[in-house]
Amino acid sequence: MSFLIEVNNKNIGARSGETILDVMKREGINVPTLCYIKDRFPSGSCRMCVVENTKTGRLVTACSTPVDEGMKIQTHSPRVIESRKTIVELLLSNHPDDCLYCVRNKNCELQDLSEELQVRERRIKGEKNKIHIDRSGASLVRDPDKCILCGRCVRICEEVMGVACIDFIDRGSKSFIGTAFDKSINTSSCVNCGQCIMVCPTGALSEKSHFTELISMLNNPEKTVVVQYAPSISVSLAEEFNMPPGIDINNVLNGALRKVGFKYVFDTTFAADLTIMEEAAELIDRVKNGGKLPMITSCCPGWVKFAEEFYPDMLPNLSTCKSPQQMLGAVIKSHWAEEKGAKPEDIYSVSIMPCTAKKFEAQREEMTSMGISDVDAVLTTRELGQLIRMYGIDINQIAPETNDSPLGFRSSAGKLFGATGGVMEAAIRTAYHMLTGEELVRFRIEPLRGMKGCKEASIDVNGLNLKVAVVNGLANARILLDIVKRGEKELHFIEVMACPGGCINGGGQHIGASEEAVMARMKALYDIDDKETVKVSHKNPEIIKLYESFLGKPLGRKSHKLLHTDYTKRDVLL
Amino acid sequence: MEKNKTTGEVMETRVREILDRYPEGRTENLIPVLQDVQDVDGYLSEESVVEVSRHLNMPASKIYGVATFYNQFRFAPLGKYHIQVCCGTACHVLGAATVLDEIQKNIRVKSGETTKDGLFSLEVVACIGACGLAPVISINGNFHAKVTGGSIKEILDNYRNQG
Repeated sequence: MSFLIEVNNKNIGARSGETILDVMKREGINVPTLCYIKDRFPSGSCRMCVVENTKTGRLVTACSTPVDEGMKIQTHSPRVIESRKTIVELLLSNHPDDCLYCVRNKNCELQDLSEELQVRERRIKGEKNKIHIDRSGASLVRDPDKCILCGRCVRICEEVMGVACIDFIDRGSKSFIGTAFDKSINTSSCVNCGQCIMVCPTGALSEKSHFTELISMLNNPEKTVVVQYAPSISVSLAEEFNMPPGIDINNVLNGALRKVGFKYVFDTTFAADLTIMEEAAELIDRVKNGGKLPMITSCCPGWVKFAEEFYPDMLPNLSTCKSPQQMLGAVIKSHWAEEKGAKPEDIYSVSIMPCTAKKFEAQREEMTSMGISDVDAVLTTRELGQLIRMYGIDINQIAPETNDSPLGFRSSAGKLFGATGGVMEAAIRTAYHMLTGEELVRFRIEPLRGMKGCKEASIDVNGLNLKVAVVNGLANARILLDIVKRGEKELHFIEVMACPGGCINGGGQHIGASEEAVMARMKALYDIDDKETVKVSHKNPEIIKLYESFLGKPLGRKSHKLLHTDYTKRDVLL
Repeated sequence: MEKNKTTGEVMETRVREILDRYPEGRTENLIPVLQDVQDVDGYLSEESVVEVSRHLNMPASKIYGVATFYNQFRFAPLGKYHIQVCCGTACHVLGAATVLDEIQKNIRVKSGETTKDGLFSLEVVACIGACGLAPVISINGNFHAKVTGGSIKEILDNYRNQG
């Protein structure tokens, strides 16, 4: 039902069921929010979005108040502004105020609100928070002093990721966000996805930085510093430099990385192709020889830790393939090092990932060889932006360059890894070829594309009806896996990505990106796939060569040693 | 203690007995469950929270969040002498804050905690209904009336000497 409401003395249309905030957004009226998360049930706890209902004379929260016919609202009356300002002043009263030293300086919602509401003096003095910083995690750093208790991290962790590792502890002025029994994050059920960082309005949550070590390695003449970057980096980095979302700057990125001082620039997408060769072969092997089905992808380290904690009984379903990052890391420090005549210990291998969980993955014991990590340091998209700025590189003036070869060429199938459904699509293309000797007529598998949380498709492969599903957002994975466990759905292959939308929306990406921006990144990946000619991993000439000259065949002895691993149950407080 | 069983195992069976009285997955029973567990064990141990979490199908972090919200739950076993400091209105007006401060300094633990030697545990309570005796503290149910910052040491030392 539609009706009129009066907003700032002007009649505007509204529909029943909408909140005041929904209507304001449509009308282009900015009402500030803190605890509000788009598309999630409003909590109305921060009171930042108060507006004045002039009919009742009360202040109401725009995010959680439904519109009523004939309602009269003032969104920026003196009383409203005064209330919002007081809220910010109260939030600042126990805040550390060390903006200049903060990782979120100039990209902080509290700073923005304070500026917007013209807070110019410390009117309310409170006792400062003094809670220790938790640096125990491999991926995340928690600084509860900077937390303003908006609760967005708590809700994302529970509602979107299905992990619920953190909650409000204690109450009143002593409240803080922490894990069960206030344990350090490294012993908790945290899967390191970093989605909490993405929603944190302040610097209370950030990624663990490998910056200092990296810079010292870049200046160490005895080290060969090599870098790889994930499929989604080239289509999301531009936003770090205020360019519109969805621009592919792959070759500019190569140039920038060389300018920073990386000696060799590889593309993780090459290893994505390698993963597909192994994973498709593994799927066929499982289907033909009665292996454990459904097979589930294992390239997402957030998902892998989630499975180890919450679904240990399903670990045999996980593909034994390492992730592309770890495959390339392993190949660099073995085959490539040998070809170059370099010692593995003299190579410092860096990867640029859209992901915080990759930092955790790189330091897993399974990902080392004779005590040497396959990947030494992982930088997020954000950190790469910082690095490029720190080195004074003007991204607009960089001449495009190509990757180093070998380990640089990629198919467009590998590039799809960056979006949810992409691993599945790439795997199906290659599995189809491995089974039939022919290529798919249509490479695009439309039902597996897009932002939907759970997608399914069935593909006819020479009479075999291959049933597959793709889930993103671990809460969706939970739903599907429980259905599979109850035996209510027969599937051959499931792709799981922890983050909603996949790596293009990973926990290491640009903070503050809209859903439209994420979709633009996705479209950029699809466009690459449409445009380019090598659309399948098995036709990547460098992959073919690597198998001919070194690996032998997929699932072979060398592959098994270098490219595969297994996982074990993890005991944490769930 | 039951024969041939470790403390942990005895505790687990006790928690199981409590949980059996409540239907699985019904989170609305969380607080009564926690109260029952604490009645039996004297506190909420990590192990018991894990058991409760499994039974009610509720993340441990949520249970810890709820339990820390309420003053009544504790996460360390009670000491041999359990000190309750009344911070009700009358006691507050007559200096309960100073008393609490002095006790915390003396036994070097905060409210809700237990000393390492297990001798004392400390709890702040709202009102124990002895306002005429304010500020009042209760140690294992024995009331100490009109305590002051200065008299704390003597009271606690008396208990220490009893061992």
